[in-house]
Amino acid sequence: MKIEKIDSILKKHEYRHSEIIGIMQDVQGIENYLPEGTLRYISEKLELSLTRIFDIVTFYKAFSLVPRGRHMIKVCCGTACHLGGAMQNLDRIKRTLHVREGETTEDRMFSLETVNCLGTCALAPVIQIGEDYHDAVIPGKIDNILAAYSAGHERQEVATD
Amino acid sequence: MKVPIIVDGLRVEIDQGTPIINAARKAGVFIPTLCYHEALKPYGSCRLCMVEVVHDKQRRLVTSCNFPAEGGMEVFTDTSRVRQIRRMIVELLLARCPEVLMIRTMAKQMGIESSMFKKREANECILCGLCVRFCEEVVGVSAIGLANRGIDREVATPFKVASDVCIGCGACTYICPTGCIEMVPDEKTPRLRRMKMGNLTLVPCTNNYQCESCPREENFLAEMKNVITEFRSTYRRFTEKK
Repeated sequence: MKIEKIDSILKKHEYRHSEIIGIMQDVQGIENYLPEGTLRYISEKLELSLTRIFDIVTFYKAFSLVPRGRHMIKVCCGTACHLGGAMQNLDRIKRTLHVREGETTEDRMFSLETVNCLGTCALAPVIQIGEDYHDAVIPGKIDNILAAYSAGHERQEVATD
Repeated sequence: MKVPIIVDGLRVEIDQGTPIINAARKAGVFIPTLCYHEALKPYGSCRLCMVEVVHDKQRRLVTSCNFPAEGGMEVFTDTSRVRQIRRMIVELLLARCPEVLMIRTMAKQMGIESSMFKKREANECILCGLCVRFCEEVVGVSAIGLANRGIDREVATPFKVASDVCIGCGACTYICPTGCIEMVPDEKTPRLRRMKMGNLTLVPCTNNYQCESCPREENFLAEMKNVITEFRSTYRRFTEKK
């Protein structure tokens, strides 16, 4: 990440220790993950120990130290989705993309994650890709859904509950 | 400002806002602790120092190591509620690290033979944060810190690679209440010793723990000497009982 860019983020947050989470969110918003070099630079500039930063980064699930794909796939494994067959969907995604949970595909297109509830149980089993929700997913539909994203046609479908 | 508080029926005067454990110590009332150390800021992670406080007609359980004293407080350190909660904490600790002498002794004193909780894989760290806080507050380098959360929480160096700021002082070894940070000879230079705790990589002391001729600042050395003396006396106490 470019040093000028980090500096502008730090300036926006007025070099405050208390805004470390906001700073890292901004970095992650640009890079999709937190590069080690950037964190070392932030630690030096803020005069905040690297152990403290590492503690925060590893504490919050929203932060990632490894590069993530352009599209985040969140497979809901909550009660309703689990009963609706979320595990079969998950298996199918794993096989199609050749990744496990928490991993990113080689072309940096998708990252796979499981979540415990997306709060839209009426749409079960639900999968969130980026900002879009896909409801009543069955393993047979998955290839089509993923193909749309790989081809660059992002479907705009937001849950209406 | 000095304020009077009552600890187990004894009247003690301490500064307002200081932790109530100080009042108990002043009154000579023993409160067991694992994560508390005079040289460091209170942290409140081991929960063993739980006491019952009556203030403004309210009766509640608090951790005495970080609860600020106020005038008119009444502190009870040995009620059934306190005993029950301490027992529970010790049982949980015993399930986490059944091999640690200090915790076994503590459990024995409370009459706990075995823990009712499922034993986890061998782990000697109780995440009291003493090593982390000593490294940050007294040594001033912050070479080690806590990482992850929940059952994965552990003491680690940033990015889990060898620390580049560790000075190899060995303070973490001495201050650790469970002895899970060991001092071992360095692989490269066996003459020097370094700290070891699982995969934690720390550097050896270049001065080989000749603290008297150490170029480090005096404040740190004085505190370090206190820690070492205290460590040796506790260690002796526990080994003698054994």
